[in-house]
Amino acid sequence: MNWFARHRIAAGVAAIVLVVAAAVWYVVATVRDQRAVAHQPGAAVAGGLTFVDNAGGQNLVSELAPDGTRTTGTLKCLRVYTAGGTTVCLRMALPGGYEAAVFDAAGKELRTVALPGTPSRARVSASGKIVSWTVFVTGDSYLAPGGFSTRTGVLDLRSGELVESLETFATTIDGVPDERADENYWGVTVAADDRTFYATLGSGSTTWLVKGDLAAKTMATVRQSAECPSLSPDETRVAYKKRGGRLGGWQLFVLDLATGRETVLPGSDGVDDQAAWLTPATLAYAKTPRDGAPAIYESPADGAAEPRVLVTGASSPSP
Amino acid sequence: MYVASTRRTSAPPGDARPSRVPTTVLLLGTVSLLTDISAEMVTAYLPFYVVFSLQMSYLQLGLLDGIYIGATAVLRLVGGHVADRVGRHKAVAVVGYGLSAATKLAFTPIGASAAGLGGLIAVDRAGKGLRTAPRDALISLVTPADRLGAAFGAHRAMDTVGAMIGPLSTFAVLTWLTTRPGPIFVISFCFGLLGLIVLVFFVRQPRRERVPGRTVTPRDTLRLLRNRRMRRTTVAAGLLGLATISDAFVFVILQKVSGVSTEWLVLMPVGTAVTFLLAAAPLGRLADRVGRWAMFFAGHVVLFVVYLLLLGPFTGVPLALITVALHGLYYAATDGVLMAHGSTLVPEHLRAGGLSIVQTGQALARFGSSVCFGLLLQQLAFTASVLIAIGALGAALVGVFLLIRPEVSR
Repeated sequence: MNWFARHRIAAGVAAIVLVVAAAVWYVVATVRDQRAVAHQPGAAVAGGLTFVDNAGGQNLVSELAPDGTRTTGTLKCLRVYTAGGTTVCLRMALPGGYEAAVFDAAGKELRTVALPGTPSRARVSASGKIVSWTVFVTGDSYLAPGGFSTRTGVLDLRSGELVESLETFATTIDGVPDERADENYWGVTVAADDRTFYATLGSGSTTWLVKGDLAAKTMATVRQSAECPSLSPDETRVAYKKRGGRLGGWQLFVLDLATGRETVLPGSDGVDDQAAWLTPATLAYAKTPRDGAPAIYESPADGAAEPRVLVTGASSPSP
Repeated sequence: MYVASTRRTSAPPGDARPSRVPTTVLLLGTVSLLTDISAEMVTAYLPFYVVFSLQMSYLQLGLLDGIYIGATAVLRLVGGHVADRVGRHKAVAVVGYGLSAATKLAFTPIGASAAGLGGLIAVDRAGKGLRTAPRDALISLVTPADRLGAAFGAHRAMDTVGAMIGPLSTFAVLTWLTTRPGPIFVISFCFGLLGLIVLVFFVRQPRRERVPGRTVTPRDTLRLLRNRRMRRTTVAAGLLGLATISDAFVFVILQKVSGVSTEWLVLMPVGTAVTFLLAAAPLGRLADRVGRWAMFFAGHVVLFVVYLLLLGPFTGVPLALITVALHGLYYAATDGVLMAHGSTLVPEHLRAGGLSIVQTGQALARFGSSVCFGLLLQQLAFTASVLIAIGALGAALVGVFLLIRPEVSR
């Protein structure tokens, strides 16, 4: 104790130097080591797959060729989606924000839009003309401090028009015009006409599948309890996630729009992703299995078989 | 930089007293600065970590948050009381800071478990709850009574600097170094540890007069509420807290009302923090001269103006800038100032417990109001909700003005 009293300043300075040195050593070692990891091969997949690599610590956008060959690109994204020659990349932007960057087929940056929160979903319409995204806004929940709400933006590359939030559209819930302040939208999927879209509306503890019109700026509810819709290329089906029980996790379902028949995708329990149609018959989604690393799975859209792993340590699947 | 500016401005000519903020306060400010870097690094990282590293649902974390506020409040009372009882504020603060620092190392082993993450955040908050009252008591015990406002202002300014550096560090690491979780948590832990080292090695527990032959009992602390000034201060701070809507709501409404782009949502908290850190020390010094309660009250009048502005008398960037600046001023005029005022009401041997009562009352009231306001927003449009907030704060201001004015001038 006496020693401590006499030498406390010197001991304190020595401790500070030690802590700083240990931290620097650890960080340098980790950053060096990460380049060597993350090149596990993927599975063969019809049509190929674009995704974000999570194993390498750099979130590099990578591609899986139809034969399973893996190539790593240079773009760093948290979410990526490619369609019709257009790529949207939701990524970090210093000094503390996020942005959506849109690229053309040649890799030229067409536009960047600052985002108001943490990226969640990204989509491009089949034609490559309509880009949309959803972000979480922290500490913005209407119920408890520290909860969250969402902002969904839609960018029309033909006119350059940006809708910052779908909340500005006119919504009818079960036929009644909606006035409430507590409404959140997420997970947009746009049809081939680049005008019709589906999305999720959440208010209170209820979610709805909504069908909207980008030109008229309107939305109307279709059915309850369906989130993050994904319209099939032939536009006959919508895949979405839905809660199994009252407190249960999500599962993926495919709804036949003509008959209203809902099919569950086996093995999709615990999913939290907006599924992507790789072909008219297959869906890809990211999921973290219990006690495991995140991986991208492929599942037949008719629910006839269990999913198979396409690539591990990866997320954000896109055709 | 800070010491110099205090020296320059707070010594009026002819005043021979040394007027700098005590070294212990600056050291405690450094501890808070380092700890806030540590805490805010993780706070800024958690959404990213949960969604992208663990690929968990964001909801799982959102639900957990907010539940701990009650527990934190109780622990503030415990931390305050124990510090008084053992007479060692520094030791209790070390436990609190140490607990929070240690949690940063547990994130990686716990992984993608919602319950585990919730538990860790709870422990981190518990540490914060434990340390707050003893830390504020230390500040008040080493500062002459006529400079309490300046001392708390200096401390809060340093604290806010840390809160701003934290998220910047996180984003710098994620962008330039790695998106792997390890380094973020280790760097955050190291900042927490540095804060702890400064506290353990450089801060000294002030000697205080013990009340001879007696240990402080919980009853002694509770009996503080028999003191009319103390009781009225606690009730008034609670009343005003009940009429306070949380920052997040203010920013969301402001963005919609002003019509500025949604990316402003990221900038608004920064604007509030910058104003807070610039104004905390000067307003603290001013409070020492014009009266701390008067400054605290004036701060809430500024907040009232903020709420009026949320009705949108004009729009665009000017509305956003003015409202955010006033919102920061509100914090600068109230946050440290309330503790400075509270310190004058409580005898030294009950200081930490007394301060914890005032803090807890205010924190619980704010939490209650934020839940109520959230429920209101689920049912009502923004304008109606803001009008209710204006009405509530107006009523609280009138009530507090009538309640406190004759009793507490300083």
